Amino acid sequence: MRVVLAEDLFLLRDGLVRMLEAFGFTIVAAVEDGAELERALLEHRPDVAIVDVRLPPTFTDEGIRAALRVRERVPRLPILVLSQYVEQIYASELLADGSGAIGYLLKERVTDSAQFVEAVRRIAEGGTVMDPEVIAKLLRRHRTDDPIAELTPREREVLSLMAEGRSNSAISKHLVITERAVAKHTANIFMKLDLPVSDDDNRRVRAVLAYLDRDRGADTPLPRPVARGEPARRTGGRRP
Amino acid sequence: MTGENRTGARTARRTAPAPGSGLRAAGRGLLLFSSFLLGVVLLVFLLCSIALIPVGIGLFTTPWAIAAIRSHTGLRRDLAERWSGLRIPAPYQAEPGFGSGAAGRIRQVAWTLGDRATWRDALWLLTAPVVGGVVTLLPAALLLAPVWGVVYQFVWPSLAMAGGGTWFLFVPVGNQVHALVALPLTLWTIPVLARYGSALVDADARFAALLLGPDQRARLGHRVDLLQRTREDAVDTSAAELRRIERDLHDGAQARFVAVGMTLDTAEQLLDHDVQAARAMLKEARAASGKALSELRDLVRGIHPPILADRGLGDAVRTIALESPLRVEVDVDLPDARPPAPVEAAVYFGICEALANAAKHSEARGVWIDVGHADGVLRAVVTDDGRGGADPGRGGGIEGITRRLATFDGILALISPEGGPTVVTMEVPCALS
Repeated sequence: MRVVLAEDLFLLRDGLVRMLEAFGFTIVAAVEDGAELERALLEHRPDVAIVDVRLPPTFTDEGIRAALRVRERVPRLPILVLSQYVEQIYASELLADGSGAIGYLLKERVTDSAQFVEAVRRIAEGGTVMDPEVIAKLLRRHRTDDPIAELTPREREVLSLMAEGRSNSAISKHLVITERAVAKHTANIFMKLDLPVSDDDNRRVRAVLAYLDRDRGADTPLPRPVARGEPARRTGGRRP
Repeated sequence: MTGENRTGARTARRTAPAPGSGLRAAGRGLLLFSSFLLGVVLLVFLLCSIALIPVGIGLFTTPWAIAAIRSHTGLRRDLAERWSGLRIPAPYQAEPGFGSGAAGRIRQVAWTLGDRATWRDALWLLTAPVVGGVVTLLPAALLLAPVWGVVYQFVWPSLAMAGGGTWFLFVPVGNQVHALVALPLTLWTIPVLARYGSALVDADARFAALLLGPDQRARLGHRVDLLQRTREDAVDTSAAELRRIERDLHDGAQARFVAVGMTLDTAEQLLDHDVQAARAMLKEARAASGKALSELRDLVRGIHPPILADRGLGDAVRTIALESPLRVEVDVDLPDARPPAPVEAAVYFGICEALANAAKHSEARGVWIDVGHADGVLRAVVTDDGRGGADPGRGGGIEGITRRLATFDGILALISPEGGPTVVTMEVPCALS
């Protein structure tokens, strides 16, 4: 499997190259900045690209922007974005085109090489992989009046793993339960959350993420209150 | 201070002359003029007190005189704001402690007499009856002119007999008909008074502002005081912040990495005779390093969130909105340019604090965050539909944000009546680049 790697820190780049090669991947290019990444992706058309978010020259979100630009020209080019931190906004942007073959993981996930390599393979095959941290953040913000609250702890676990992009068999292995039990849980989840049932992992991830990410109560907008009263406190400096 | 200044500017809009406004202006003018006369008395009192300082009596009476003068000029400042919408800030320097006893008294007298504002007050007391006298008495004079015209109908014969003038303005008065013709000539003053009466009172307020407000030097002095205070706050805050970061690193990530090292060492020793236990140890080490990384991530977020650095205020605020358990509506209206990074961070943390308070204390369901930049001011408003009654004193959060904003001449206003809604407004003057 041919890989293009973009990571500006030498130590990490070197480590990733060695790890991936040990697992039988071929590194066709290991680049250091956004412009090089774009060129390498268009030239090599790899089976999967592994991209650090922060790259020179801007050291902001160069990696994501370069990756998304390339995907506009080469749809469904599999890309795994690595980051020191995960943000909902980046996750939504990466998922926006809805075509799968996308991953978004915390950098530290590379320390579990077996799982990491498994994630890279899934993305290369067109799957979607989301970091558990993204899912955890999405789950955390839901309040008690949400249908999510009706899920059993086991169902919540299954939901998280589904949102990370795992298939039923992967979930059954992870939780050490039978695949039939997983299927039962997923059916329950989809019923409780009123989601369309789907066996396609990609579509399933998107449905679950969209559910978690949806604008809660957009159907019944809250009236915006009108301010009244004097400032209880107004302090600070003088305008020049 | 700034907010109040702007309020002043707003109320200064001239209102259209209303019926009775001329009468009011005349009354106010007379009231002001009589206060000027009182001011002269106070000025004489002050000068006598100063003259008596060498014999000791002045040491006691001078502070009284100055206190009386300051409350007198304070009244004029209040009236200027109430009647003319002209805010005149008090220019006096903040008093240091003087100590007790005779020495303290002397220091106090020397200090107050050394304050330029004291002498500007005195100058106003001296000039107000003259300059202010004209403009404050004019409304009353305009009001009285027709009255005199009526009275004149009856008194002109006696005036003429007494050898006084027989002219009323430019009309030579020889008989009653002449006097009656002269009467309408006095009526023009009424519309003039109605139109310009309050303007005259305002003119006196502007004259008072000239001497009773802070001059350039006092303004600079205040500015220096303020800068000194906010700079001290900023230094204190950043020092405390550094200590917190140091402690967090020391107790958190550093300690965890020590543990990881020890676990790895144990694993190495176990490797030869108990591979199973060694593997468990290695797993543990990996978990601990993951935990340390997650702590470092939280720490970095608290110092300067990466999303803010990468994407700016808009996306950073959208991110915290996404993570809030409340329904948050975000409206960010910023051009592509960005505010200076420290300002951006201060406002970002201010919004975080307001949002966290709404989630924790207010029982709010929804929050509305508006961020915009207009007229050189970055403005962020956080509104929630909670129960209100937020107390800025409770919890250091809002207090700390206020201090942080003050470093950039920014202000924070908290409006939270019982029953809600709570509105937190932050404004920082800054240019986008």
